[in-house]
Amino acid sequence: MKRARAEILSTRTIGAYRSITLVAPEIAERSRPGQFLAIAMPEGRAFVLRRHFSIHQASRRGGWAGTLEFVVDPSAGAGTGWLAAAHAHEFLDVIGPLGKAFSYPKRLTNCLLVAEGRGAASLFFLAQELVARHKRVDMILGGRALETVFKPIDAKRLAQTVAVMTADGSLGERGGVLDALPDAAARADAEVVYAIAPAPILKAIAAFCRAHRLPAQVAIEERMGCGFGLCNTCVVPVARTDGTGYENLRACVDGPVFDPSRILWDRWLGEPLPAPAVEPEPAIPNGGDEP
Amino acid sequence: MIAAGCAGTGRELAGLIDLRRVGAIVSRTITVTERVGSDVPRIAESPAGIVWETGLQNPGLDAFVSGELLRLARGGARIIVSIGGGTLEEYVRMTSALQGRPEVAAIEIHLSGRDEELDRTVLGAHPDRLNEIVGAVARMSLVPVFAKLPGACDDIVGLARTAVRAGATGLTLLASPPALGLEATRDRPRIGTVKGWLSGPALKPITLRAVFDVAQALPAVPVIASGGIRTGEDAVECLLAGAWAVQVGTATLTDPAAAVTVAKGIVRRLKTAGLESPAGLRGRLRPPEPAAAEANPVPAP
Repeated sequence: MKRARAEILSTRTIGAYRSITLVAPEIAERSRPGQFLAIAMPEGRAFVLRRHFSIHQASRRGGWAGTLEFVVDPSAGAGTGWLAAAHAHEFLDVIGPLGKAFSYPKRLTNCLLVAEGRGAASLFFLAQELVARHKRVDMILGGRALETVFKPIDAKRLAQTVAVMTADGSLGERGGVLDALPDAAARADAEVVYAIAPAPILKAIAAFCRAHRLPAQVAIEERMGCGFGLCNTCVVPVARTDGTGYENLRACVDGPVFDPSRILWDRWLGEPLPAPAVEPEPAIPNGGDEP
Repeated sequence: MIAAGCAGTGRELAGLIDLRRVGAIVSRTITVTERVGSDVPRIAESPAGIVWETGLQNPGLDAFVSGELLRLARGGARIIVSIGGGTLEEYVRMTSALQGRPEVAAIEIHLSGRDEELDRTVLGAHPDRLNEIVGAVARMSLVPVFAKLPGACDDIVGLARTAVRAGATGLTLLASPPALGLEATRDRPRIGTVKGWLSGPALKPITLRAVFDVAQALPAVPVIASGGIRTGEDAVECLLAGAWAVQVGTATLTDPAAAVTVAKGIVRRLKTAGLESPAGLRGRLRPPEPAAAEANPVPAP
């Protein structure tokens, strides 16, 4: 993990997203797929926290050596909007690479990569590394509409097959990534599943993988405070390995990549406490122990 | 110092900051038994601040003493252990477990939790309880004890007097005040527990006022300012208001080296002012600028 004042080399629009390429050799050479960056917001504004983005590309060799690329969704909020409007040659305060990366399968070869929306950015990095290790890669990319599907054309260059799903049917098939999962898994003869998506979709992917006995790794997108383990806010409830209940692990240092079979999905995705509209009726006096 | 809950567990800051360059770090608040903490989301940004609630997630006293404490100490900084609880017994047990531990330079008493014995929302906001708990901890402890007074209370000077009379070496002012974050577009609370606490730059004026009031009333009592301190200037303002030291909390989440930057800022100011120690800034506060009246003269009636 390094902290750098990194110059923006270039920015470009990819569908609904903005991609930012930084010159940050110390971070780039350490980066692996699934890891992320923490970018400081400008001084003198009301923003307090860094914003966190998964790494889309980290070039260690060739003409782009020492560069890092990440992708932002300009509609995500004011801070991200500021970042999306940044120009080349401006400087950003970056900490990275952060978090645990995806691990590569040793024996298994057929990898199915599933991503919804912007999350696909880090799966491309993963796909490259897997292909370089002679693995077969198949992809499912989803989005609300065609401009939120991330790089569907580039995906075809990396993957044997690409299933594109949009909620409105404007690109590929109409539906969500989950609809494509059974077919794609069968077609790819998938042995390992990697996924990045909003948590409810990951939960369904986890259930699918459990039912089909597929090992899986998911990268979660929990809201973070610091990104390097101090604030204890981006936690995910994970079953303890010794079988005694669960613990809240920090997505930033213990994740963001987790084994989905250990996540307590119901505990995690339970609705936030609803505001109690009325006080419950007072129980029968001294009857509080009754179930 | 790095404020409670912002210095990690001994591993996180290792590559980012040399902890020997800060005066001390305060551990996250420890409770007797392990707490898994509250449900997510636990944090939301607000204007110049954060609304948060972690539910005092911590491994519990025994695991802390045998693991985290040693790791924290290896970083080279002096360690102040923050202890929290809902009953007098819990505070007593923690103080006794920390007794004689060479790693512990001081104890900070977290007093913003729920009082489980007297069924009150904020344990330390009531003088009777403050007296009881601070008194018990201070009598048992072999190291200095700082009472971190709650961020919202009626009479901060009164509470400060109570804590000092009960035996506190000094005071940390203030804990995070209670806060709520809502999301208009989704009709929902921003954090999982609904109710939380406010931290961040938004707090600085509140901190300054509390430090000023207490320092005026109790000039001989060491006061540590905490809340909204992000830069050397912020720290100097707190010292001028009467603080003896400052803690940096939320700023560390954005800039891990914030406490070191703040320390450097204080040293720079001391040099330009020709002072030997931060104590020289206390009591240096001058009356409000009379020049404002000259620049914009008001005709005499």
